[in-house]
Amino acid sequence: MTGAKVIAPIVLGVLMLALWEGIVRAVGIPPYILPGPILVAKTLVADWSTLEPSLLVTVRITLEALAAAVVIGGLLAILFSLSRWIELSLFPYAIILQVTPIVAIAPLIIVWADNVELSLLICAWLVAFFPILSNTILGLRSVDPNLLDLFQLYGAGRWRTLADLRLPAALPYFLGGLRISGGLALIGAVVAEFVAGTGGNASGLAWRILESGYQLKIPRMFAALVLISATGIVIFLLLSWLSHLLLRRWHESALVTER
Amino acid sequence: MRLVGVRGVSKVFANGVKALAGVSLDVQAGEFLSVLGPSGCGKSTLLRLIAGLAQPTTGTIDWSDEGGRGDLGFVFQEPTLMPWATALANVALPLKLRGIAKGEREARAAEALENVGLKGFERVWPRELSGGMKMRVSLARALVVQPRLLLMDEPFAALDEITRHRLNDDLLALWQRSGVTIVFVTHSVFESVFLSQRIVVMTARPGRVSAELAVTTPHPRSQAFRTSAEYAAWCRKASSRLGEAMAA
Ligand SMILES: Nc1ncnc2c1ncn2[C@@H]1O[C@H](COP(=O)(O)OP(=O)(O)OP(=O)(O)O)[C@@H](O)[C@H]1O
Ligand SMILES: [Mg+2]
Repeated sequence: MTGAKVIAPIVLGVLMLALWEGIVRAVGIPPYILPGPILVAKTLVADWSTLEPSLLVTVRITLEALAAAVVIGGLLAILFSLSRWIELSLFPYAIILQVTPIVAIAPLIIVWADNVELSLLICAWLVAFFPILSNTILGLRSVDPNLLDLFQLYGAGRWRTLADLRLPAALPYFLGGLRISGGLALIGAVVAEFVAGTGGNASGLAWRILESGYQLKIPRMFAALVLISATGIVIFLLLSWLSHLLLRRWHESALVTER
Repeated sequence: MRLVGVRGVSKVFANGVKALAGVSLDVQAGEFLSVLGPSGCGKSTLLRLIAGLAQPTTGTIDWSDEGGRGDLGFVFQEPTLMPWATALANVALPLKLRGIAKGEREARAAEALENVGLKGFERVWPRELSGGMKMRVSLARALVVQPRLLLMDEPFAALDEITRHRLNDDLLALWQRSGVTIVFVTHSVFESVFLSQRIVVMTARPGRVSAELAVTTPHPRSQAFRTSAEYAAWCRKASSRLGEAMAA
Protein backbone atom coordinates (compact mmCIF):
# COMPACT_ATOMS: atom_id res chain seq x y z
CA MET A 1 0.00 0.00 0.00
CA THR A 2 2.69 2.53 0.98
CA GLY A 3 4.57 1.59 -2.19
CA ALA A 4 1.54 2.25 -4.35
CA LYS A 5 0.92 5.52 -2.53
CA VAL A 6 4.33 6.77 -3.68
CA ILE A 7 4.57 5.09 -7.07
CA ALA A 8 1.12 5.97 -8.43
CA PRO A 9 1.54 9.76 -8.33
CA ILE A 10 5.12 9.50 -9.62
CA VAL A 11 4.07 7.40 -12.62
CA LEU A 12 1.28 9.87 -13.38
CA GLY A 13 3.67 12.80 -12.98
CA VAL A 14 6.23 11.32 -15.38
CA LEU A 15 3.52 10.57 -17.92
CA MET A 16 2.21 14.14 -17.78
CA LEU A 17 5.71 15.59 -18.14
CA ALA A 18 6.37 13.33 -21.15
CA LEU A 19 3.07 14.41 -22.71
CA TRP A 20 3.95 18.07 -22.11
CA GLU A 21 7.40 17.66 -23.67
CA GLY A 22 5.89 15.72 -26.59
CA ILE A 23 3.27 18.36 -27.36
CA VAL A 24 5.77 21.22 -27.09
CA ARG A 25 8.04 19.46 -29.60
CA ALA A 26 5.33 18.17 -31.93
CA VAL A 27 3.51 21.49 -32.22
CA GLY A 28 6.73 23.47 -32.09
CA ILE A 29 5.64 25.88 -29.35
CA PRO A 30 8.36 28.48 -28.86
CA PRO A 31 10.04 28.47 -25.41
CA TYR A 32 8.95 32.07 -24.67
CA ILE A 33 5.34 30.85 -24.77
CA LEU A 34 5.68 27.44 -23.13
CA PRO A 35 9.05 25.81 -22.46
CA GLY A 36 9.16 22.02 -22.22
CA PRO A 37 10.04 20.38 -18.91
CA ILE A 38 13.54 19.44 -20.10
CA LEU A 39 14.35 23.06 -20.89
CA VAL A 40 12.93 24.12 -17.52
CA ALA A 41 15.17 21.60 -15.78
CA LYS A 42 18.20 22.80 -17.73
CA THR A 43 17.40 26.41 -16.83
CA LEU A 44 17.05 25.44 -13.21
CA VAL A 45 20.60 24.10 -13.27
CA ALA A 46 22.04 26.88 -15.43
CA ASP A 47 20.46 29.72 -13.41
CA TRP A 48 21.00 28.09 -10.04
CA SER A 49 23.38 30.81 -8.94
CA THR A 50 20.62 33.45 -9.25
CA LEU A 51 17.76 31.20 -8.15
CA GLU A 52 19.37 29.75 -5.04
CA PRO A 53 19.73 33.03 -3.07
CA SER A 54 16.13 33.87 -3.94
CA LEU A 55 14.97 30.46 -2.81
CA LEU A 56 16.76 30.98 0.49
CA VAL A 57 15.12 34.39 0.97
CA THR A 58 11.64 33.00 0.34
CA VAL A 59 12.21 29.97 2.56
CA ARG A 60 13.59 32.16 5.34
CA ILE A 61 10.65 34.57 5.27
CA THR A 62 8.20 31.66 5.16
CA LEU A 63 9.75 29.88 8.13
CA GLU A 64 10.07 33.06 10.17
CA ALA A 65 6.44 33.92 9.48
CA LEU A 66 5.37 30.41 10.42
CA ALA A 67 7.36 30.53 13.65
CA ALA A 68 5.80 33.89 14.51
CA ALA A 69 2.36 32.49 13.69
CA VAL A 70 2.93 29.53 16.00
CA VAL A 71 4.15 31.68 18.88
CA ILE A 72 1.64 34.52 18.57
CA GLY A 73 -1.31 32.39 17.43
CA GLY A 74 -0.65 29.81 20.13
CA LEU A 75 -0.20 32.34 22.92
CA LEU A 76 -3.29 34.29 21.87
CA ALA A 77 -5.31 31.07 21.85
CA ILE A 78 -4.15 30.25 25.38
CA LEU A 79 -4.92 33.80 26.50
CA PHE A 80 -8.40 33.58 24.97
CA SER A 81 -9.04 30.27 26.68
CA LEU A 82 -8.08 31.75 30.03
CA SER A 83 -10.19 34.87 29.78
CA ARG A 84 -13.56 35.12 28.15
CA TRP A 85 -13.32 38.92 28.17
CA ILE A 86 -10.05 39.08 26.30
CA GLU A 87 -11.46 36.70 23.74
CA LEU A 88 -14.68 38.65 23.32
CA SER A 89 -12.80 41.89 22.78
CA LEU A 90 -9.96 40.64 20.58
CA PHE A 91 -11.37 37.84 18.46
CA PRO A 92 -13.40 40.09 16.10
CA TYR A 93 -10.19 41.91 15.19
CA ALA A 94 -8.44 38.64 14.47
CA ILE A 95 -11.27 37.84 12.08
CA ILE A 96 -10.99 41.26 10.42
CA LEU A 97 -7.29 40.65 9.85
CA GLN A 98 -8.10 37.27 8.41
CA VAL A 99 -10.82 38.35 5.96
CA THR A 100 -9.01 41.43 4.65
CA PRO A 101 -7.25 40.38 1.42
CA ILE A 102 -3.53 40.51 1.94
CA VAL A 103 -2.94 42.15 -1.45
CA ALA A 104 -5.12 45.03 -0.28
CA ILE A 105 -3.17 45.77 2.89
CA ALA A 106 0.30 44.75 1.75
CA PRO A 107 1.06 48.18 0.18
CA LEU A 108 0.19 49.87 3.47
CA ILE A 109 2.36 47.54 5.45
CA ILE A 110 5.21 48.09 3.01
CA VAL A 111 4.87 51.84 3.48
CA TRP A 112 4.72 51.59 7.27
CA ALA A 113 7.55 49.16 7.78
CA ASP A 114 10.48 50.85 6.11
CA ASN A 115 12.31 47.55 5.82
CA VAL A 116 11.14 45.41 2.86
CA GLU A 117 11.96 42.09 4.42
CA LEU A 118 10.17 42.99 7.63
CA SER A 119 7.05 44.01 5.70
CA LEU A 120 7.08 40.72 3.77
CA LEU A 121 7.39 38.90 7.06
CA ILE A 122 4.42 40.77 8.54
CA CYS A 123 2.30 40.00 5.46
CA ALA A 124 3.16 36.30 5.51
CA TRP A 125 2.48 36.17 9.24
CA LEU A 126 -0.91 37.85 8.81
CA VAL A 127 -1.97 35.18 6.35
CA ALA A 128 -0.56 32.30 8.39
CA PHE A 129 -1.58 32.94 11.97
CA PHE A 130 -5.35 32.63 11.83
CA PRO A 131 -5.66 28.86 11.25
CA ILE A 132 -3.35 28.25 14.18
CA LEU A 133 -5.29 30.64 16.38
CA SER A 134 -8.77 29.36 15.57
CA ASN A 135 -7.82 25.68 15.58
CA THR A 136 -5.99 25.95 18.88
CA ILE A 137 -8.91 27.78 20.47
CA LEU A 138 -11.23 25.03 19.27
CA GLY A 139 -8.88 22.40 20.68
CA LEU A 140 -8.49 24.09 24.06
CA ARG A 141 -12.28 24.08 24.34
CA SER A 142 -12.84 20.54 23.12
CA VAL A 143 -12.01 19.00 26.44
CA ASP A 144 -14.09 16.17 27.84
CA PRO A 145 -16.24 17.87 30.52
CA ASN A 146 -15.93 14.79 32.72
CA LEU A 147 -12.15 15.15 32.68
CA LEU A 148 -12.59 18.79 33.67
CA ASP A 149 -14.73 17.61 36.59
CA LEU A 150 -12.04 15.16 37.56
CA PHE A 151 -9.38 17.89 37.57
CA GLN A 152 -11.67 20.06 39.69
CA LEU A 153 -12.41 17.16 42.03
CA TYR A 154 -8.72 16.76 42.80
CA GLY A 155 -8.16 20.47 43.25
CA ALA A 156 -6.24 21.31 40.05
CA GLY A 157 -5.92 25.05 39.41
CA ARG A 158 -6.32 26.66 36.03
CA TRP A 159 -2.62 26.44 35.10
CA ARG A 160 -2.43 22.77 36.03
CA THR A 161 -5.58 22.13 34.04
CA LEU A 162 -4.11 24.05 31.12
CA ALA A 163 -0.83 22.18 31.15
CA ASP A 164 -2.08 18.66 31.80
CA LEU A 165 -5.49 18.71 30.17
CA ARG A 166 -6.23 21.56 27.78
CA LEU A 167 -2.89 21.68 25.98
CA PRO A 168 -2.64 17.95 25.25
CA ALA A 169 -6.28 17.90 24.16
CA ALA A 170 -5.59 20.83 21.82
CA LEU A 171 -2.45 19.35 20.27
CA PRO A 172 -4.13 17.53 17.35
CA TYR A 173 -6.13 20.65 16.49
CA PHE A 174 -3.04 22.84 16.71
CA LEU A 175 -1.12 20.51 14.39
CA GLY A 176 -4.00 20.57 11.92
CA GLY A 177 -3.85 24.36 11.94
CA LEU A 178 -0.08 24.26 11.59
CA ARG A 179 -0.26 22.23 8.37
CA ILE A 180 -2.63 24.77 6.84
CA SER A 181 -0.52 27.68 8.06
CA GLY A 182 2.66 26.21 6.58
CA GLY A 183 1.22 26.51 3.07
CA LEU A 184 -0.35 29.89 3.80
CA ALA A 185 2.92 31.36 5.09
CA LEU A 186 4.55 30.52 1.77
CA ILE A 187 1.66 31.99 -0.20
CA GLY A 188 1.75 35.10 1.98
CA ALA A 189 5.49 35.53 1.45
CA VAL A 190 5.17 35.18 -2.33
CA VAL A 191 2.10 37.38 -2.70
CA ALA A 192 3.59 40.13 -0.56
CA GLU A 193 6.73 40.13 -2.64
CA PHE A 194 4.69 40.46 -5.82
CA VAL A 195 2.97 43.49 -4.32
CA ALA A 196 6.21 44.97 -3.06
CA GLY A 197 7.72 44.36 -6.48
CA THR A 198 11.18 45.28 -5.30
CA GLY A 199 14.47 44.00 -6.58
CA GLY A 200 17.72 44.67 -4.81
CA ASN A 201 19.97 42.40 -2.88
CA ALA A 202 17.43 40.36 -0.94
CA SER A 203 14.85 39.32 -3.52
CA GLY A 204 12.86 36.13 -3.25
CA LEU A 205 11.42 33.82 -5.86
CA ALA A 206 8.41 36.03 -6.58
CA TRP A 207 10.73 38.80 -7.68
CA ARG A 208 12.56 36.33 -9.95
CA ILE A 209 9.24 35.49 -11.59
CA LEU A 210 8.40 39.17 -12.14
CA GLU A 211 11.88 39.88 -13.44
CA SER A 212 11.83 36.91 -15.82
CA GLY A 213 8.48 38.14 -17.10
CA TYR A 214 9.89 41.58 -17.89
CA GLN A 215 12.87 40.01 -19.62
CA LEU A 216 10.79 37.34 -21.38
CA LYS A 217 12.95 34.63 -19.80
CA ILE A 218 10.00 32.30 -19.56
CA PRO A 219 11.99 29.10 -18.83
CA ARG A 220 13.47 30.81 -15.78
CA MET A 221 10.01 31.86 -14.70
CA PHE A 222 8.97 28.24 -14.80
CA ALA A 223 12.08 27.21 -12.89
CA ALA A 224 11.23 29.69 -10.11
CA LEU A 225 7.66 28.39 -10.09
CA VAL A 226 8.92 24.83 -9.70
CA LEU A 227 10.99 25.93 -6.71
CA ILE A 228 8.00 27.58 -5.03
CA SER A 229 5.88 24.46 -5.47
CA ALA A 230 8.70 22.24 -4.24
CA THR A 231 9.09 24.43 -1.14
CA GLY A 232 5.38 24.15 -0.43
CA ILE A 233 5.46 20.37 -0.78
CA VAL A 234 8.49 19.99 1.46
CA ILE A 235 6.91 22.17 4.15
CA PHE A 236 3.71 20.15 3.99
CA LEU A 237 5.57 16.84 4.21
CA LEU A 238 7.70 18.00 7.13
CA LEU A 239 4.69 19.23 9.08
CA SER A 240 2.76 16.03 8.35
CA TRP A 241 5.69 14.03 9.59
CA LEU A 242 5.92 16.13 12.74
CA SER A 243 2.22 15.66 13.33
CA HIS A 244 2.50 11.91 12.87
CA LEU A 245 5.46 11.77 15.24
CA LEU A 246 3.59 13.58 18.01
CA LEU A 247 0.25 11.84 17.64
CA ARG A 248 1.00 8.31 16.50
CA ARG A 249 0.79 6.79 19.95
CA TRP A 250 -2.62 7.97 20.87
CA HIS A 251 -4.63 9.95 18.36
CA GLU A 252 -7.18 8.44 15.97
CA SER A 253 -5.82 10.45 13.04
CA ALA A 254 -2.52 8.56 13.25
CA LEU A 255 -4.14 5.21 13.85
CA VAL A 256 -3.11 2.41 11.53
CA THR A 257 -5.95 -0.09 11.51
CA GLU A 258 -5.03 -3.66 10.88
CA ARG A 259 -7.44 -5.53 8.69
CA MET B 1 -22.25 5.55 61.39
CA ARG B 2 -23.32 8.20 58.93
CA LEU B 3 -20.70 9.35 56.43
CA VAL B 4 -22.67 12.01 54.58
CA GLY B 5 -26.20 13.33 54.74
CA VAL B 6 -28.12 14.91 51.89
CA ARG B 7 -30.61 17.31 53.47
CA GLY B 8 -33.56 18.57 51.46
CA VAL B 9 -31.46 19.25 48.41
CA SER B 10 -33.00 20.91 45.35
CA LYS B 11 -31.26 21.87 42.16
CA VAL B 12 -32.60 24.28 39.59
CA PHE B 13 -30.31 24.90 36.63
CA ALA B 14 -29.74 28.32 35.11
CA ASN B 15 -31.99 27.40 32.17
CA GLY B 16 -34.88 26.79 34.57
CA VAL B 17 -34.76 22.97 34.52
CA LYS B 18 -35.63 21.64 37.95
CA ALA B 19 -33.55 18.48 38.34
CA LEU B 20 -33.97 17.69 42.02
CA ALA B 21 -36.76 18.66 44.42
CA GLY B 22 -35.98 18.11 48.09
CA VAL B 23 -33.83 15.01 48.14
CA SER B 24 -32.87 13.68 51.55
CA LEU B 25 -30.83 10.57 52.20
CA ASP B 26 -28.11 9.30 54.49
CA VAL B 27 -25.07 7.38 53.35
CA GLN B 28 -23.71 5.08 56.06
CA ALA B 29 -19.98 4.51 56.32
CA GLY B 30 -18.94 1.31 54.59
CA GLU B 31 -22.27 0.56 52.94
CA PHE B 32 -23.06 -0.23 49.30
CA LEU B 33 -25.94 2.04 48.34
CA SER B 34 -27.63 2.10 44.95
CA VAL B 35 -29.62 5.01 43.57
CA LEU B 36 -32.22 3.70 41.15
CA GLY B 37 -34.30 5.96 38.96
CA PRO B 38 -35.53 6.63 35.44
CA SER B 39 -33.38 8.46 32.92
CA GLY B 40 -33.25 12.21 33.47
CA CYS B 41 -34.44 12.13 37.08
CA GLY B 42 -31.32 13.88 38.36
CA LYS B 43 -29.12 10.96 39.47
CA SER B 44 -25.96 12.39 37.89
CA THR B 45 -26.82 15.78 39.32
CA LEU B 46 -27.14 14.26 42.79
CA LEU B 47 -23.69 12.65 42.53
CA ARG B 48 -22.13 15.90 41.32
CA LEU B 49 -23.67 17.72 44.28
CA ILE B 50 -22.29 15.15 46.73
CA ALA B 51 -18.88 15.44 45.07
CA GLY B 52 -18.95 19.23 45.39
CA LEU B 53 -18.73 19.70 41.62
CA ALA B 54 -21.95 21.73 41.74
CA GLN B 55 -23.78 23.59 44.49
CA PRO B 56 -27.34 22.82 45.58
CA THR B 57 -29.94 25.55 45.01
CA THR B 58 -31.42 24.82 48.42
CA GLY B 59 -30.55 22.29 51.11
CA THR B 60 -27.17 21.10 52.30
CA ILE B 61 -24.71 18.24 52.04
CA ASP B 62 -23.48 17.41 55.55
CA TRP B 63 -20.23 15.54 56.09
CA SER B 64 -20.02 13.96 59.49
CA ASP B 65 -16.26 14.45 59.70
CA GLU B 66 -14.63 17.73 60.62
CA GLY B 67 -12.41 17.45 57.59
CA GLY B 68 -15.29 17.64 55.11
CA ARG B 69 -15.46 15.42 52.13
CA GLY B 70 -11.78 14.45 51.91
CA ASP B 71 -10.68 12.45 48.91
CA LEU B 72 -13.41 11.04 46.72
CA GLY B 73 -13.40 8.57 43.90
CA PHE B 74 -15.64 9.27 40.90
CA VAL B 75 -16.39 6.86 38.09
CA PHE B 76 -18.29 8.24 35.12
CA GLN B 77 -20.59 6.52 32.67
CA GLU B 78 -17.78 6.59 30.08
CA PRO B 79 -14.23 5.57 31.01
CA THR B 80 -13.12 9.22 30.57
CA LEU B 81 -9.44 8.41 30.17
CA MET B 82 -6.88 10.83 28.76
CA PRO B 83 -6.03 9.29 25.36
CA TRP B 84 -2.55 10.82 25.40
CA ALA B 85 -1.51 9.06 28.58
CA THR B 86 -0.78 5.41 29.35
CA ALA B 87 -2.96 3.37 31.66
CA LEU B 88 -0.47 3.96 34.46
CA ALA B 89 -0.35 7.72 33.92
CA ASN B 90 -4.15 7.85 33.80
CA VAL B 91 -4.44 6.03 37.11
CA ALA B 92 -1.72 8.20 38.65
CA LEU B 93 -3.50 11.43 37.64
CA PRO B 94 -5.33 12.13 40.93
CA LEU B 95 -2.05 11.64 42.82
CA LYS B 96 -0.25 13.95 40.41
CA LEU B 97 -2.90 16.63 40.92
CA ARG B 98 -2.47 16.13 44.65
CA GLY B 99 1.24 16.86 44.24
CA ILE B 100 2.59 13.42 45.11
CA ALA B 101 6.10 12.64 43.82
CA LYS B 102 6.48 10.64 40.64
CA GLY B 103 8.06 7.54 42.17
CA GLU B 104 5.41 7.13 44.81
CA ARG B 105 2.46 7.84 42.57
CA GLU B 106 3.61 5.35 39.96
CA ALA B 107 4.07 2.66 42.57
CA ARG B 108 0.59 3.33 43.95
CA ALA B 109 -0.94 3.48 40.47
CA ALA B 110 0.64 0.16 39.56
CA GLU B 111 -0.80 -1.36 42.71
CA ALA B 112 -4.25 0.06 41.91
CA LEU B 113 -4.08 -1.43 38.41
CA GLU B 114 -3.19 -4.76 39.89
CA ASN B 115 -6.20 -4.52 42.22
CA VAL B 116 -8.58 -4.23 39.27
CA GLY B 117 -6.94 -7.15 37.47
CA LEU B 118 -4.80 -5.17 35.03
CA LYS B 119 -1.32 -6.11 36.12
CA GLY B 120 1.02 -5.88 33.12
CA PHE B 121 -1.07 -3.22 31.34
CA GLU B 122 0.79 -0.23 32.82
CA ARG B 123 2.34 0.96 29.56
CA VAL B 124 -0.70 0.35 27.37
CA TRP B 125 -2.51 3.24 25.67
CA PRO B 126 -6.27 3.64 26.21
CA ARG B 127 -7.08 3.00 22.55
CA GLU B 128 -5.51 -0.44 22.82
CA LEU B 129 -7.87 -1.45 25.65
CA SER B 130 -11.34 -3.00 25.36
CA GLY B 131 -14.36 -1.21 26.81
CA GLY B 132 -14.33 -3.34 29.95
CA MET B 133 -10.63 -2.83 30.48
CA LYS B 134 -10.99 0.93 30.07
CA MET B 135 -13.65 0.84 32.77
CA ARG B 136 -11.26 -1.08 35.02
CA VAL B 137 -8.62 1.62 34.49
CA SER B 138 -11.22 4.22 35.37
CA LEU B 139 -12.07 2.29 38.53
CA ALA B 140 -8.40 2.00 39.45
CA ARG B 141 -8.04 5.77 39.02
CA ALA B 142 -10.96 6.34 41.39
CA LEU B 143 -9.51 3.97 43.99
CA VAL B 144 -5.89 5.11 43.82
CA VAL B 145 -6.46 7.92 46.32
CA GLN B 146 -7.94 5.38 48.76
CA PRO B 147 -11.18 7.35 49.00
CA ARG B 148 -13.66 6.89 51.81
CA LEU B 149 -16.49 7.40 49.36
CA LEU B 150 -16.69 6.08 45.81
CA LEU B 151 -19.32 7.69 43.59
CA MET B 152 -20.23 5.67 40.49
CA ASP B 153 -22.50 7.04 37.77
CA GLU B 154 -23.92 4.16 35.73
CA PRO B 155 -20.38 2.96 35.17
CA PHE B 156 -21.20 -0.31 33.42
CA ALA B 157 -24.30 0.75 31.48
CA ALA B 158 -22.49 0.78 28.15
CA LEU B 159 -20.90 -2.65 28.53
CA ASP B 160 -22.14 -6.03 27.32
CA GLU B 161 -23.79 -8.29 29.85
CA ILE B 162 -20.91 -10.76 30.27
CA THR B 163 -18.42 -7.97 30.93
CA ARG B 164 -20.88 -6.20 33.19
CA HIS B 165 -21.40 -9.30 35.34
CA ARG B 166 -17.65 -9.82 35.72
CA LEU B 167 -17.15 -6.19 36.68
CA ASN B 168 -20.03 -6.40 39.16
CA ASP B 169 -18.38 -9.42 40.82
CA ASP B 170 -14.99 -7.73 40.92
CA LEU B 171 -16.47 -4.51 42.26
CA LEU B 172 -18.12 -6.38 45.12
CA ALA B 173 -14.85 -8.13 45.91
CA LEU B 174 -13.04 -4.78 45.92
CA TRP B 175 -15.69 -3.24 48.13
CA GLN B 176 -15.42 -6.04 50.68
CA ARG B 177 -11.65 -5.97 50.62
CA SER B 178 -11.22 -2.21 50.98
CA GLY B 179 -14.15 -1.19 53.16
CA VAL B 180 -14.87 1.81 50.92
CA THR B 181 -18.36 3.33 50.92
CA ILE B 182 -20.05 3.16 47.52
CA VAL B 183 -22.92 5.17 46.07
CA PHE B 184 -23.80 3.47 42.82
CA VAL B 185 -26.19 5.12 40.35
CA THR B 186 -27.99 2.85 37.94
CA HIS B 187 -31.22 2.50 36.04
CA SER B 188 -30.99 -1.28 36.11
CA VAL B 189 -33.15 -2.97 38.75
CA PHE B 190 -31.13 -6.19 38.39
CA GLU B 191 -27.79 -4.51 38.87
CA SER B 192 -28.95 -2.57 41.91
CA VAL B 193 -30.35 -5.69 43.57
CA PHE B 194 -27.30 -7.81 42.87
CA LEU B 195 -24.84 -5.24 44.17
CA SER B 196 -26.30 -3.27 46.99
CA GLN B 197 -27.35 -3.50 50.60
CA ARG B 198 -29.78 -0.66 50.21
CA ILE B 199 -31.60 0.84 47.22
CA VAL B 200 -32.87 4.40 47.09
CA VAL B 201 -35.60 4.73 44.44
CA MET B 202 -36.10 8.12 42.81
CA THR B 203 -39.09 9.61 41.01
CA ALA B 204 -39.01 11.03 37.50
CA ARG B 205 -37.83 14.64 37.15
CA PRO B 206 -37.77 16.60 39.34
CA GLY B 207 -36.18 13.80 41.32
CA ARG B 208 -37.25 13.00 44.85
CA VAL B 209 -36.62 9.96 47.00
CA SER B 210 -39.71 7.82 46.61
CA ALA B 211 -38.76 4.64 48.47
CA GLU B 212 -35.93 2.85 50.20
CA LEU B 213 -35.41 -0.89 50.03
CA ALA B 214 -32.97 -2.86 52.16
CA VAL B 215 -31.69 -5.91 50.28
CA THR B 216 -30.89 -8.03 53.27
CA THR B 217 -29.27 -11.01 51.54
CA PRO B 218 -25.76 -11.07 53.03
CA HIS B 219 -22.55 -10.54 51.06
CA PRO B 220 -20.50 -12.13 49.59
CA ARG B 221 -23.02 -12.85 46.87
CA SER B 222 -22.09 -15.56 44.46
CA GLN B 223 -23.08 -16.36 40.90
CA ALA B 224 -25.72 -18.66 42.35
CA PHE B 225 -27.47 -15.63 43.86
CA ARG B 226 -28.09 -14.29 40.34
CA THR B 227 -30.32 -17.20 39.47
CA SER B 228 -31.91 -17.77 42.88
CA ALA B 229 -35.58 -17.35 43.69
CA GLU B 230 -34.55 -14.94 46.42
CA TYR B 231 -32.89 -12.68 43.83
CA ALA B 232 -35.97 -12.82 41.65
CA ALA B 233 -38.13 -11.83 44.60
CA TRP B 234 -35.92 -8.82 45.40
CA CYS B 235 -36.02 -7.77 41.76
CA ARG B 236 -39.83 -7.98 41.73
CA LYS B 237 -39.98 -5.83 44.84
CA ALA B 238 -37.54 -3.25 43.49
CA SER B 239 -39.35 -3.16 40.15
CA SER B 240 -42.69 -2.46 41.76
CA ARG B 241 -41.10 0.32 43.88
CA LEU B 242 -39.67 1.82 40.71
CA GLY B 243 -43.06 1.49 39.02
CA GLU B 244 -44.72 3.34 41.90
CA ALA B 245 -42.02 6.01 41.80
CA MET B 246 -42.54 6.63 38.10
CA ALA B 247 -46.32 6.75 38.48
CA ALA B 248 -46.07 9.24 41.36
N1 LIG C 1 -25.75 21.74 33.44
C1 LIG C 1 -27.06 21.57 33.19
N2 LIG C 1 -27.79 22.61 32.76
C2 LIG C 1 -29.10 22.48 32.53
N3 LIG C 1 -29.81 21.36 32.69
C3 LIG C 1 -29.14 20.27 33.11
C4 LIG C 1 -27.73 20.32 33.37
N4 LIG C 1 -27.34 19.10 33.78
C5 LIG C 1 -28.44 18.32 33.75
N5 LIG C 1 -29.53 19.02 33.36
C6 LIG C 1 -30.91 18.53 33.26
O1 LIG C 1 -31.27 18.05 34.53
C7 LIG C 1 -32.04 16.85 34.41
C8 LIG C 1 -31.38 15.75 35.21
O2 LIG C 1 -30.13 15.43 34.62
P1 LIG C 1 -29.21 14.25 35.13
O3 LIG C 1 -28.09 14.16 34.17
O4 LIG C 1 -28.88 14.48 36.54
O5 LIG C 1 -30.18 13.00 34.99
P2 LIG C 1 -29.84 11.45 35.17
O6 LIG C 1 -30.82 10.91 36.13
O7 LIG C 1 -28.41 11.28 35.47
O8 LIG C 1 -30.17 10.88 33.73
P3 LIG C 1 -29.50 9.65 32.96
O9 LIG C 1 -30.00 8.41 33.62
O10 LIG C 1 -30.03 9.78 31.57
O11 LIG C 1 -28.02 9.82 33.06
C9 LIG C 1 -32.12 16.56 32.93
O12 LIG C 1 -33.36 16.99 32.46
C10 LIG C 1 -31.02 17.36 32.32
O13 LIG C 1 -31.39 17.78 31.03
MG1 LIG D 1 -26.78 10.43 34.39
